Amino acid sequence: MSAEDHNLEVRAEHQQDATILYLSGGIDLRTSPRLRATFLDLIDERPVRIILDLSGVSYVDSSGVGTMVELKRRAMRHQSPVVLVGLQNRVRSLFEITRLDKFFDITDTIDEARRA
Amino acid sequence: MSSRDVLDLDVTSDVAELPGVRDAVRAWSRALGWSEGPTADIVLAIDEALSNIIRHGYEGEPGHKIELTARAVHDPSQGEGIEVRVRDYGKQVPLETICGRDLNDIRPGGLGVHIIRSVMSSVEYSHAEGGGMQLVMRKYRRPEADLKDPQARKP
Repeated sequence: MSAEDHNLEVRAEHQQDATILYLSGGIDLRTSPRLRATFLDLIDERPVRIILDLSGVSYVDSSGVGTMVELKRRAMRHQSPVVLVGLQNRVRSLFEITRLDKFFDITDTIDEARRA
Repeated sequence: MSSRDVLDLDVTSDVAELPGVRDAVRAWSRALGWSEGPTADIVLAIDEALSNIIRHGYEGEPGHKIELTARAVHDPSQGEGIEVRVRDYGKQVPLETICGRDLNDIRPGGLGVHIIRSVMSSVEYSHAEGGGMQLVMRKYRRPEADLKDPQARKP
């Protein structure tokens, strides 16, 4: 098993049709408050579409998925779609266990996320 | 039972300790010969249990004691497994209120217990003697001991 990266890095790329957040590392009770603050700032900017690239995220717990649920619910108020991209198997498994794979649009690539 | 079969950790209710606990549990499980999928389940269940204690048992206040013991077990019907005991000295809650929430009610929060019950073979909460809560959870190696997501449990 590969070692878990405990830090959470977030890089934003603002494009005309979407804001893409590239996340890498782990999302747990320690790092999710910072992620939530990033999400709230992003929502204030009213992006047309939000794409979360999770391909670099090796660990997510319930506080992490809860933070993403909050993001999507807030974004829905402004009709901004939220799409998750590139989930690693373990992360995808967590969304399936919690049945949130039905709540989120999940794609393999960013190109697909633009069209989802 | 060799000393390798037991993992004893004294943890405090500080979120900064969570990554280190996950690393220790992961290394212990792998050393016992558990494959990647079940190891990830065990790590997740323990992380969720500790997070619940920090958030609810100690209401986010750091510095309080949490005892974590994990050991290899053998059950005559289920075979080889591991048993994890997590004990805190925080707020006691009625046992009937410890249940996963309705998954159709989509909102942030309330998923930790559901996740623990999904990835472990058995989960039992009790009121600890002298105050606080105790959680005992087991996971067995036999794939049929777990009902969920067989794909994620491939060796």
